Amino acid sequence: MQLSFSLSKWQSFAWLIGLSLSVPLMFLIFESLQPDSEVFAHLWDTVLWDYVRNTMLLIVGVCTLCALIALPLGWLTAYCEFPGRRFFEWSLMLPLAMPTYLIAYVYTDLLDYAGPVQIALREWFGWQSPDDYWFFDIRTLSGAIVMIALVLYPYLFLIFRTALREQSFKLVQASQLMGKSPSQSFFKVSLPLSRGAIVAGLALIAMESMADFATVHYFAVSTLTTAVYDTWLGYYSLTAAAKISGIMLLFLFLALTLERVSRPTQVVHERQSSVNSTTLYHLKGAQAWLASAFCWLILIAAFIVPTWVLADYAIDYFEQAWNDDFFLYAWQSLKIALWVSVVLIIMSMLVVFNQRVSSGKRVTLPGKLASTGYALPGTVLAIAVLIPLTLLDDKLNTWLEGSSFEPGLLFSGTIFALVFAYVVRFYAIAQGAVESSYQRISPSLDMASFSLGRNRFKTMLSIHLPLLRRGILTAALLVFIECMKELPAALLLRPFNYETLATHVFQYVSDEQLELASVSALFIVLVGLIPLYVVNRSMEQRS
Amino acid sequence: MKKALVTILATLTCLPAMAAEEVNIYSFRQPFLIQPILDDFTKQTGIKTNVVFAKKGLIERVKREGKHSRADLVLTSNFSALIQLEDENLTQAINSETVTKNIPANFRDPEGQWVALTKRVRNVYSAKDRVGKLDALTYEALADEQYRGKICTRSGKHPYNLGLVASMIAHHGEAKTKEWLEGVKKNLARKPQGNDRAQVKAVKEGLCDLAIGNSYYFGKMMEDEKQKAWAEAVYINFPNQQDRGSHINVSGVVLTKHAKNTENALKLIEFMTDNKAQNMYASMNMEYPVKPGVELSKLVASWGEFKEDSLPLSEISKYRPLALKLIDEVKFDL
Repeated sequence: MQLSFSLSKWQSFAWLIGLSLSVPLMFLIFESLQPDSEVFAHLWDTVLWDYVRNTMLLIVGVCTLCALIALPLGWLTAYCEFPGRRFFEWSLMLPLAMPTYLIAYVYTDLLDYAGPVQIALREWFGWQSPDDYWFFDIRTLSGAIVMIALVLYPYLFLIFRTALREQSFKLVQASQLMGKSPSQSFFKVSLPLSRGAIVAGLALIAMESMADFATVHYFAVSTLTTAVYDTWLGYYSLTAAAKISGIMLLFLFLALTLERVSRPTQVVHERQSSVNSTTLYHLKGAQAWLASAFCWLILIAAFIVPTWVLADYAIDYFEQAWNDDFFLYAWQSLKIALWVSVVLIIMSMLVVFNQRVSSGKRVTLPGKLASTGYALPGTVLAIAVLIPLTLLDDKLNTWLEGSSFEPGLLFSGTIFALVFAYVVRFYAIAQGAVESSYQRISPSLDMASFSLGRNRFKTMLSIHLPLLRRGILTAALLVFIECMKELPAALLLRPFNYETLATHVFQYVSDEQLELASVSALFIVLVGLIPLYVVNRSMEQRS
Repeated sequence: MKKALVTILATLTCLPAMAAEEVNIYSFRQPFLIQPILDDFTKQTGIKTNVVFAKKGLIERVKREGKHSRADLVLTSNFSALIQLEDENLTQAINSETVTKNIPANFRDPEGQWVALTKRVRNVYSAKDRVGKLDALTYEALADEQYRGKICTRSGKHPYNLGLVASMIAHHGEAKTKEWLEGVKKNLARKPQGNDRAQVKAVKEGLCDLAIGNSYYFGKMMEDEKQKAWAEAVYINFPNQQDRGSHINVSGVVLTKHAKNTENALKLIEFMTDNKAQNMYASMNMEYPVKPGVELSKLVASWGEFKEDSLPLSEISKYRPLALKLIDEVKFDL
């Protein structure tokens, strides 16, 4: 079969994807243009600026902390040899499988004034009241920053490490030959070369932390997300809520544009990737132990402690917390996650490929449009998805009136709504990972392929696809795990009696009964480990 | 073309043949709270119940789904949601003699647009060792200087606290309530956080002396092995017994405007207002039944009789948006 598409076809694919994924956003913008009854003005006068400040601090804090954790970890595990490197390569991704809301609950239970750690300290030292000593208060902005960073750093770690592995190691070797120390080559060679990947990772982290509601709400930190929910559910004004969402998107566009403007025009493409173990730095003595200790510290804080606490609860409360339907819930979570991953890989490939083969100013616009869903808080996104889908259902029903078939809520009342919402929400992740991988493929390969008579489609399949393997796997992994953890959209958009692991966990967590949620929470983590394992295995092959 | 599409859609979706007897519920209340009652209903009537539970956005979902919505009932966990559903014109009258007979008039909408199912009191808990029982306590006194730095509460924006603030506005007007809120804020031991259980826990640990919280949490903590110790560290107090009575909130139910299984839905509402279900609410969830004469749980009964604020919920609910505004103005949560 001869498959070939003209350039305009590729462009229309990309635009079709970009536009259809931004439909919910369009409706939200339309909603925000409606007049609202002074709610927005009232917020402006009272608390809005506190919220904006908190949001900025949260984003900057989480991004900085993630960079401080993930960049050294990525570089260490990619280029250096030290005790436990092979183990850390994959285990440092484990926190991905831990939902933010769970880690926040676990640490609050542990470190709160009424938690075991402080109680033990009080007993130990004979302190009586909070005035007798100082202990860091976890339910604060900084507490939220640490919690969110602990589960989000793997984004950057994964994307950065993939970039390092795909980069030619020769440049690092060259810098070594020129007498640069390992840390100098890290700052002077590896970081600048991976700029695209780092920015992509940080952008994802920024968007995710901006949209977070569960953690900041639990920690009583008011951010713009809080404002969105207050206005919508408290003041009953979806319009004002949409306006605030608009401000958030403005942040997003500002950040993305800044990034584009500051990006160097010179692009470094790789000709081959050739990391092999003989060329690694061999850390010795204190350096090696320090590297190990740092990895252990992060792993323990971000994964081992929360999992251990959950397991502890699960053992104590097993009888109350076990539910025979867990395998069904797990299957339902898994099914959606698989669907969404496949759809998103195809979509992001098409869009990024178009960016590559087309030219013109607006070539990146479809991708940007499609990425906007990621910055919206989950429940708002769910409503934004619900608006066009219910309209569509209504039109369909009207159109089919009188015929024998009454579709009812064919789109908004079925699993379709959920899959669509996830696709809109997580598109940005898929594109981020695929794009940063694509940037490292030299255009000269395309030219060679074209001149040898391959058309665009074949070039994509036979040249790009194998080279993009790691990027695609990264994308699939991130999307899959996000889908497993996602909560607000799943809660609101699911059909009757449709329970996923996350929604099952939430009914107890929302009542602050983490103990009863412990078994299903462990299930989420366990099911998330499967793709981690598979992806890691296949990444390590042929490297 | 239309015909072909119809056939394709019909085959593709193969919508499961709708169970003949069912009722569809959107619930703000956690499934683990209501499932035993629903199971009992199914056992008795053979009518299947289907549930979607969420804490946020269900009202918007019913609204957007419009006449195609499959939801027959919405179960809420506070009265503001009931009244919002009514205000948004998403309800229809519950015409049932059983319901009218079971539920006193002040706990249902005059036109039958909503019905309350359970009651809970907004109590104040006091540290047994440091404060003792406070029989003469009023909500107003929470702003007194003697409690500086001694009070714990959850977010001021939570529906339960908003309800309380709205009732203060209803009784004292806007200006007085704002003053009161400023006083309470000054008295807070920490920034509002956590749920009602967490406040009692904080009293137990000595972080604060007084905590605001709903009655049923107290009962449920008593039943939990780990949390029992927290609950035993406090007394439960019913404020304003010498004057208007304690503020109460309700959970309730509405019949949606476009309900498809109206008969079954009515049967379920009747079931929920009747002795058996009311008793289950009382014994399992430690709430106060709305139907008079239904026995309280032993534990709840041991807290004693108390006087309820008799101001109609629909009256209080009018001040809810204003209450939220005041909370923002005094930056209660910040």
